[in-house]
Amino acid sequence: MNLGPHAFFIVGAYGAAAFIVAVVVGWVALDYRRQTRALAELEARGVTRRSDRPSGAPS
Amino acid sequence: MPLIDLANPTRFLTLASRALPWLTIATLAAFAVGIGLIASAPDDYQQGATVKIMFIHVPAAWLAMGCWSVMSIAALGTLVWRHPLADVAGKAAAPLGAAFTAMCLITGMLWGRPMWGTYWVWDGRLTSVLVLFLMYLGVLALWRTVEDPARAGRAAAVLTLVGAINLPIIKFSVDWWATLHQPASVLRLGGPAIHASLLTPLLVMALAFLLLFLTLHLAAMRNEIMRRRIRAMLVREAESAAQ
Amino acid sequence: MTALANIFLRDMRLSVRLGGGALIGVLFFLIVVTLMPFAIGPDLALLARIGPAILWLGALLASLLALDRLIAADYEDGSLDLILMARVPLELSLASKALAHWLTTGLPLVIAAPLLGLLLNLDPTATGAVALTLLAGTPALTFIGLIGASLTVALRRGGLLIAVLVLPLAVPVLIFGVAASNAAIVGPVPFGTPFTILCALTLMSAVVGPFAAAAALRHGLE
Repeated sequence: MNLGPHAFFIVGAYGAAAFIVAVVVGWVALDYRRQTRALAELEARGVTRRSDRPSGAPS
Repeated sequence: MPLIDLANPTRFLTLASRALPWLTIATLAAFAVGIGLIASAPDDYQQGATVKIMFIHVPAAWLAMGCWSVMSIAALGTLVWRHPLADVAGKAAAPLGAAFTAMCLITGMLWGRPMWGTYWVWDGRLTSVLVLFLMYLGVLALWRTVEDPARAGRAAAVLTLVGAINLPIIKFSVDWWATLHQPASVLRLGGPAIHASLLTPLLVMALAFLLLFLTLHLAAMRNEIMRRRIRAMLVREAESAAQ
Repeated sequence: MTALANIFLRDMRLSVRLGGGALIGVLFFLIVVTLMPFAIGPDLALLARIGPAILWLGALLASLLALDRLIAADYEDGSLDLILMARVPLELSLASKALAHWLTTGLPLVIAAPLLGLLLNLDPTATGAVALTLLAGTPALTFIGLIGASLTVALRRGGLLIAVLVLPLAVPVLIFGVAASNAAIVGPVPFGTPFTILCALTLMSAVVGPFAAAAALRHGLE
């Protein structure tokens, strides 16, 4: 594939787009890991959610 | 907060977890096909190989505008129907919209340098996308500044709707301003005159970007629901410790 | 009607007595205009050419200054709760607050603009055009600012956030304000075209502003 005289800009544009997508995907994935861990830790400590209780909880 | 507020998101979480692997596969497949088509797409007779930047620039621009529409619908959901998932959807879409707008701006600048001889021209389109980017950053700033997620959601929803009313006006005024200052000398891009050999890869890439947005949006919504659940559990823990 | 008049009079009285909100805005306007020649050089021809733009930018920035007190002060002393609970529609109370705010902070800027125009070597036509466009355009800035002020009312660092939220929305007002001033001086479009659009923007923000601000307050403070 011959990109001609402006190869730098074409590769740069694709690189920048890939970088932005990578950052967003990385952020979402990291966030997911952090939230799952925190949730697991809370459940291990025995904290329950309101909806786990049989009857409605006072809010 | 009534029980139903948690019941509905719970169902959403299972659905999201089931759909995400399939969406990821579909996104990757669409990108693979799209990049394959781009590699074999012919060069434009005027712009040469730089036309390849269009295949990411234009879908990013579409999504940059589309994200605000998603946020506006979510904002209506928050303010009118008080749907518990609506402000989660709005919050998850805002950073994605900012990212796609940034991508549109950066690829546009890298396209402009070889075509116009400069990274930036104060052309109507570029300028209104820049203002759109600033508005995304404003919504993000509002989300970050208000601590209580429910209140932040309603404030961001009002701002999003005000933005939705104002964005067409901003677009109109910036276009008016641009034509006042420079007679239409700027290269017109896109338009219906695009050749089929370039249109097919463009549409495939647009589909790939759309799938990417859906995947990321769903994943970010899942994160946000979990974050709120953790917050609620921490509050509960503190409450029971205080008793 | 009396309730609205009372809100209006109270806000007028407060801002006149508490001193000097209007004067500080005008002072800021003067300082911004004074700083410009230091940045771009004392070339009178250049200053006359970009003078309307300088005055508009200065007025835009100066009108941001007092916004963070527009509603936050009422929030802090509790009178906002009374306004929220009153039988008068919140939208109208906010509109009369915005009107009082404009009269005490926006109008002084409009009055100061011709004097500052002298510093920038503007001829009488240009000065008149700038003052007229500011008179038509600054209410729009206040009404847009009302939205920002309501969104950030309960926040500790609201002042900075207001500027970030409001300035992008003020882009059309700035464009048509400066365009109308320039149209009166050099053309090429007739003065009426951008000026009527500027008036339309003001009328529209006078509708959208109070409604959005009321929605923000109702949903934000519950």
